[in-house]
Amino acid sequence: MKKDWSYSPAPESADHIQINKKNDLFIDGKFIPSKKGNYFETINPANEEKLADVAEADQSDVDKAVKAARTAYDKVWSKMDPAERGKYIYRIARLIQERAREFSIIETMDGGKPIRESRDIDIPLVSAHFFYYAGWADKLEYAFPGKKAVPVGVAAQIIPWNFPLLMAAWKIAPALATGNTVILKPAETTPLTAMKLAEIIQEADLPPGVVNIINGDGKTGQAMVDHLDVNKIAFTGSTDVGKMIMKSVAGTGKKYTLELGGKAANIIFEDAAIDQAVEGIVNGIFFNQGHVCCAGSRLFVQESVAETVISKLKDRMETLIVGDPLDKNTDIGAINSKMQLDKIKMYVDIGQKEGGSIHQSSCSLPEKGYWHAPTIFSDVSQSHRIVQEEIFGPVLAIQTFRTVDEVITKANNTPYGLSGGVWTDKGAKIFQVSKAIRSGVLWANTFNKFDPTSPFGGYKESGIGREGGLEGLMPYVSLV
Amino acid sequence: MSKREDIKKTYKLYIGGKFPRTESGRYIKWTDPKTATTVNICRGSRKDFRNAVVAAREALCGWSSKTAYNRSQILYRIGEMLEGRRSQFMDELVVQGSTKKVAEKEIDQSIDRLIYYAGWADKYQQIFSRVNPVALPYFNFSYPEPMGVVSAVAPNDSSLIGLVSIIAPIIAGGNTVVVLASEENPLCSITFAEVLHTSDIPGGVVNILTGHRSELVEQFSSHMDVNAIVYCGNKPEEIKLIQENAALNVKRPVVYSDENWFDKNTQDPYRILNTLETKTTWHPIGV
Repeated sequence: MKKDWSYSPAPESADHIQINKKNDLFIDGKFIPSKKGNYFETINPANEEKLADVAEADQSDVDKAVKAARTAYDKVWSKMDPAERGKYIYRIARLIQERAREFSIIETMDGGKPIRESRDIDIPLVSAHFFYYAGWADKLEYAFPGKKAVPVGVAAQIIPWNFPLLMAAWKIAPALATGNTVILKPAETTPLTAMKLAEIIQEADLPPGVVNIINGDGKTGQAMVDHLDVNKIAFTGSTDVGKMIMKSVAGTGKKYTLELGGKAANIIFEDAAIDQAVEGIVNGIFFNQGHVCCAGSRLFVQESVAETVISKLKDRMETLIVGDPLDKNTDIGAINSKMQLDKIKMYVDIGQKEGGSIHQSSCSLPEKGYWHAPTIFSDVSQSHRIVQEEIFGPVLAIQTFRTVDEVITKANNTPYGLSGGVWTDKGAKIFQVSKAIRSGVLWANTFNKFDPTSPFGGYKESGIGREGGLEGLMPYVSLV
Repeated sequence: MSKREDIKKTYKLYIGGKFPRTESGRYIKWTDPKTATTVNICRGSRKDFRNAVVAAREALCGWSSKTAYNRSQILYRIGEMLEGRRSQFMDELVVQGSTKKVAEKEIDQSIDRLIYYAGWADKYQQIFSRVNPVALPYFNFSYPEPMGVVSAVAPNDSSLIGLVSIIAPIIAGGNTVVVLASEENPLCSITFAEVLHTSDIPGGVVNILTGHRSELVEQFSSHMDVNAIVYCGNKPEEIKLIQENAALNVKRPVVYSDENWFDKNTQDPYRILNTLETKTTWHPIGV
């Protein structure tokens, strides 16, 4: 008799959290409605149910927020002793830790990612990020030998929906630590954890106007980018929008950092630890449903081990649980929005039309909500669209290779350059290949690892500038 | 006895370690107002620039994989060669309107700046790299790498010191470069190419074009196989154009405005850092 190995449900209880049904703009230390009084909805992509209303900021609201940030910068934040600035940021870090579970649950409900990820990866990294940068506030004279670091002023920051609170931390923490004030706009599908962060900021007694959080879509973002009294722009999102921002600010003297798209090569050599490598492939493309700019979305496996690796990969895909993101057993959660799901389906369709051989796990998908099964394509090559273009979903394009030179050339054959993965047990090979891959992050015998002390960012069209580590201070200071 | 006639130099471009004329065949008549001497300067074209980018791209792998020590020695030798040609540069700077005293200072500074960056070539890595204390069992290090092929618009108001101040940090960082020389004072740029050519620097690492800025800034900023553009100047419309065109392939725009190139504050390792990219590598620690 065949045993039933399916897991029992293990739902995370969400009865202790508070989601505000109405979320106003957080400007100058207070929650205020937008000037026009418009609201948009945010839903739970796992069941399409409405979670809350969110105030929509227009140009005049943006102006209000910038004024608040500028006043706070001129009158309070830039005059404050750096060590005291650091203390506020430490407070924010600790308060997030105290309310960590609530943040994780809201992140999962608003965005669709599994609770295991938001609880164990996203939220801990958020508080760690604030904690790390808090310590830099009064030590900047050691960061840049021979130069004095002065803040740039007011920063406008626009973040995406794939790691909502983590991206907010990546933007706010270094900006504050270096003495700047900010206006942050979360993505329109994932505003709720940023709104909760605004509560923390009030609890931490941060001087009003130092951090302002407003919501809206691309139009709100454009108003922030175009505002004349903004000194610096930080953007994480698609390469296309990044290029638009570069054009918008040309000639204005505004500084900017851009974290854009990617199409990372994950390279498995024949002398890799194969089982670990298969876990690395799965982590690389199915973590966070593939909604990761640095996802390992192109697999290169050396010919001699290709059959073994792909067979093991298919077996492992079968064990992946796609389902309720609030269930602690879930491996792969919901796709963030209908728009994104449609985009992924479009690419899967293109992949088949281009002649790729598709394989998907046999998992059942829930009725309501936005879902996509883990998908791999074989028999594709560098010139296929699904190999060149960023899909941002759980879809992997697989190619084989024979020689080191061949795989390096193919790995670099992309306008992107955010990350890459190399799997081999031979040390000299790791160093040679990791040096040759043109990407800002290189994971050797691992994948998708992040840390506040570790600089993250892209070569080529994957962006300009780094976030994290000492390098993450640079975008927010002028060196004199 | 008749007076001896000079053999006047033909000012050509410097691309891929060779001195070709502009493929367009066009020229600019540069005139020295005091002596009324004229020199025909090559009016560089879009195709010249594209050829230069090809040469720079080809030279990149070899140049960036040389040891830092080797690059350091080559930069030092450029200084040696420039020192040996003092009088030639003195004549050219005077012809372009400088006084002997200022020309002497300019040549001194240019040589010293080359030596300065030669000294940085194998040390900036130690200032700008890190081992990061990640909260996971991984060895994590960040290291600066060259951006790649850099296009550079040299300062217009300087013939030599501005040119050297731009080229030296770019190549010290392992990049290759295509330079648009000063349009007002182009002579030293081509003679400097001769200095480069005798310095053991491989062909294609530095390429120098003369021509009209109004024509070539568009090309320098829009080429899709250039990784960064360094612009020296303070014309708002040129800066805007460069930053707009940089968006086409997200090339990194670096703008230096209102610099007094004679000042020591225009040399520092951050000028090298401006054309470097940071790569961060992770590896598990464990048996």
